Amino acid sequence: MNERSSVEIYTEWDVVAARQLGRDEAKSIGFGTVDQARITTAISELARNIYLYAGTGKIEIRRLHDGVKKGMMIISSDNGPGIPDVRKVMEDGFTTSGGLGAGMPGVQRLVDEFKIETEVGVGTTITAIKWLR
Amino acid sequence: MNMRIPILKLYDTLIVSIQWELDDRTALQFQEDLMEKLHETEASGVLIDLTAIDFIDSFIAKVIGDVIQMSSLMGAKVVITGIQPAVAITLIELGIRLEGVLTALDLENGLDKLHKELED
Repeated sequence: MNERSSVEIYTEWDVVAARQLGRDEAKSIGFGTVDQARITTAISELARNIYLYAGTGKIEIRRLHDGVKKGMMIISSDNGPGIPDVRKVMEDGFTTSGGLGAGMPGVQRLVDEFKIETEVGVGTTITAIKWLR
Repeated sequence: MNMRIPILKLYDTLIVSIQWELDDRTALQFQEDLMEKLHETEASGVLIDLTAIDFIDSFIAKVIGDVIQMSSLMGAKVVITGIQPAVAITLIELGIRLEGVLTALDLENGLDKLHKELED
């Protein structure tokens, strides 16, 4: 069973709205304070990347119930320029916006599962999952 | 929506307690307000308390790092206090290093640290 909710990203205020949604969901799923901070931070980075690089996009939150496991899936999607070299953005310290944004490797470290699908000229979808321990 | 963070003056120190989640505009407004207040009061120390902050992303980390550099240009030292365990853990996992930043667990220790720094 999946329950979903989402925030469309148009302005910097939507970045705030997306992470607030994520934090509230994380709390109600039962994540502890450290995982809540990880989830809130990951969403903030993903939403900011949409705002900075794609202009507009969407952060979607899904609750996961996989048998005995419970968790949360974060889907960041946009129809922006896409990422020409995914390997490069996954290198620590790589950022094209001049120091803003901790980058994808940082976000990956905050979650349990992380996947980037991207096509130049079409857009980028990033899926991140955090499981309740 | 434009909430300003209050900056209090206590003798030669400015004290700031960030009590709610920082959005981009509030954070940048705070940078400006703090620099103006440093100029106006000639304070030599700044204490920024983050006890109420439950997460810090790369943007807020950059703002804090910049505030420390800017304050240094204005002749003031900054101590950051009250970083929560969850914030410390996520900042490091995210790959953000606030190097050379003076920190203390709480306001009291922060003021002590600041005064020791200013005596040197």
